[in-house]
Amino acid sequence: MVSPVLNVQDICMDFGGIRALDEVNLDVKAGEIVALIGPNGAGKTTFFNCITGIYKPTSGDVVVGRSGDSPRRINGIKPNLVTEIGMARTFQNIRLFPSMTALENVMIGTHCRTKSGIWGAISHNRKARVEEQEIIERSYHLLELVHLEEYANELACNLPYGKQRRLEIARAMATDPFLLLLDEPAAGMNPHETIELKELVLGIRDVYGISILLIEHDMKMVMSMSDRIFVLDYGRLISHGTPQEVSGDPAVIKAYLGEGDDDV
Amino acid sequence: MNNNIKADKGKRPLAFFSAGCDSAAHALRRSVLVALWFMFLTFPIMVIKVDTVNKTIDWRWMNLLWIGIGSFVLSFVWRWLLERKELQKDQVSTEGPVERLLTSASSIPAAKWSLLAIVGIAALVFPHLAGMYQTNIMISCLTYVALGLGLNIVVGLAGLLDLGYVAFYAVGAYAYALMNMHFQIGFWTMLPLGAVLGAICGILLGFPVLRLRGDYLAIVTLGFGEIIRLVLENWGEVTMGPSGISGIDRPMLFGHKFGVFDSITFMYYIMLGLMILTIFFVNRLQNSRIGRAWLALREDEIACQAMGIDRTKTKLMAFALGATWAGMAGVVFAAKTTFINPASFTFWESAIILSVVVIGGMGSVRGVILGALVLILLPEYLRAFSEFRMLIFGATMVLVMVFRPQGLIRAKRKVYTYMGRKTAGAEHG
Ligand SMILES: Nc1ncnc2c1ncn2[C@@H]1O[C@H](COP(=O)(O)OP(=O)(O)O)[C@@H](O)[C@H]1O
Ligand SMILES: [Mg+2]
Repeated sequence: MVSPVLNVQDICMDFGGIRALDEVNLDVKAGEIVALIGPNGAGKTTFFNCITGIYKPTSGDVVVGRSGDSPRRINGIKPNLVTEIGMARTFQNIRLFPSMTALENVMIGTHCRTKSGIWGAISHNRKARVEEQEIIERSYHLLELVHLEEYANELACNLPYGKQRRLEIARAMATDPFLLLLDEPAAGMNPHETIELKELVLGIRDVYGISILLIEHDMKMVMSMSDRIFVLDYGRLISHGTPQEVSGDPAVIKAYLGEGDDDV
Repeated sequence: MNNNIKADKGKRPLAFFSAGCDSAAHALRRSVLVALWFMFLTFPIMVIKVDTVNKTIDWRWMNLLWIGIGSFVLSFVWRWLLERKELQKDQVSTEGPVERLLTSASSIPAAKWSLLAIVGIAALVFPHLAGMYQTNIMISCLTYVALGLGLNIVVGLAGLLDLGYVAFYAVGAYAYALMNMHFQIGFWTMLPLGAVLGAICGILLGFPVLRLRGDYLAIVTLGFGEIIRLVLENWGEVTMGPSGISGIDRPMLFGHKFGVFDSITFMYYIMLGLMILTIFFVNRLQNSRIGRAWLALREDEIACQAMGIDRTKTKLMAFALGATWAGMAGVVFAAKTTFINPASFTFWESAIILSVVVIGGMGSVRGVILGALVLILLPEYLRAFSEFRMLIFGATMVLVMVFRPQGLIRAKRKVYTYMGRKTAGAEHG
């Protein structure tokens, strides 16, 4: 039995009177690819925001830990600490740093794994120089991983949409995570780009041993690559299991085809 | 597609005559309307002149004609310039003439170093060639370069709009004045202390405003600046109130006291040194891990945090390091004028320093230097135009903002090299 790297128990999130998440349970085991699906407005992005510290969940437990380390409850800690622990994310509406170059965007990701401070910056001492060069090499290597090395010095805002999404993945990888959270990574991509993306995600899991939790609407991609799938609807978990189990679940079919099915 | 159409339009031989309109006829009509409107507006002051001695009215029709022709031509040129700017926006690397010159100069090492040497020598001999008056102006110009570079950390790099920057300047100046008055503490001891004091005040201001951004931050910092000034004005027992503190010691060199004239030259060199130090520090900081974190914070606060950057620490660092330079500049200012009062630290000063940063180019060291030179020297050398001085000053600011909204010299992203190779692709501004 592999221990979970992320274990979410009975998490609830209220916005005023609206309950966006209602007692959701979800776990990701080491080396797994888990998908979180559901209709628009189901609360998937809210779930991501809750476990990455952007929102503080109303109740419930979020427990994470690198496999081997002792797990830790992280409810309501700051987003940068969540990233430091080892969960990195991308955003549904791309949030790159537009007027920085692609390489610099990735370099920002290494911030929490590097140390040089004001003194290092000003004195430019040996330690700071070595660290800086390491940051550059590592970032460039990650750009190669997502096939963006030729755009290293291009401003992020000048990249086409699909490449921006891949750049966000490289930036998240730079934080050296054990769990990668991808919010609709294939949105706005053409079928060819989607296949490339799928290979990229599988590669990240296989080569780096990073677990992946992804939100995605492209069913073909989700069904073919995930080990397990969780289905949200109106903030409630309505089904979970292997792709076969979920795709045969009447509750899921109903949620996707609408309430009208009741009468049939 | 759309770009092609636009580009064609730009290349049309008669592009000037259609001046941002669909056709020359349309442009003509609009310019005539503008001219008529201006003739109407200026009619009472420019045409009618009452001769109170002879009790007659002078009708100066010629003036009306000049205004008509002038505004007609200006309207054409104005719209043509705007149109041209629109067209150039599509090209990725539009460089202004100054930027082009700098880029080509810095790409040849020999040219770069000889240019630097010329500027350096000119700066060194300046006080001996120019008079005391000119040297004094130059000192205040250098002060604004240091202040602008300090504020550039807060506004240009970290993107925190600070309208109360002058408060830190005041803290430095008053700290030296008071310490000198009560404890005879010298300039050189106080210079680093002023820096530390500035940094502490920066953090003190930073804490309560951590959660604020944009307009809200601007208003709170504006208030902070005013509070400091009001305290200086009203806390009479300590700060001597509006009458200020006089008789502040000028700096000495290894115990040697200078006369009035020499001390201005000496002050010039101190300020020059401080400015070079500032340029060096800001340059290093900007291209470091911390500088990148500031940029990321400016671009997208949420993404920045999600990438593991501590927002609190990064913001406080920006406030503290920005205020450091203001604190030091304040000490120098007090030593130079030997007299300070709260009137030197009004919101107007903050506004000028901010203008230096914005007009020069946010986040660009070279831009801020040029900005300070233009904004401080322009009003001085425009004294020949007496009453039109501030008008020209204002018009310059408006023109820069319309035609170069990113400032005179835009910030340039550093090109990193890896594995001994230069990264592929050209530099981007
Ligand atoms: N900050 C917020 N304040 C109020 N309501 C919110 C907030 N964020 C999300 N919601 C609501 O929560 C629900 C789930 O949204 P979201 O998580 O974005 O859905 P999706 O599954 O499409 O990602 C929506 O009804 C949305 O309006
Ligand atoms: Mg969403």
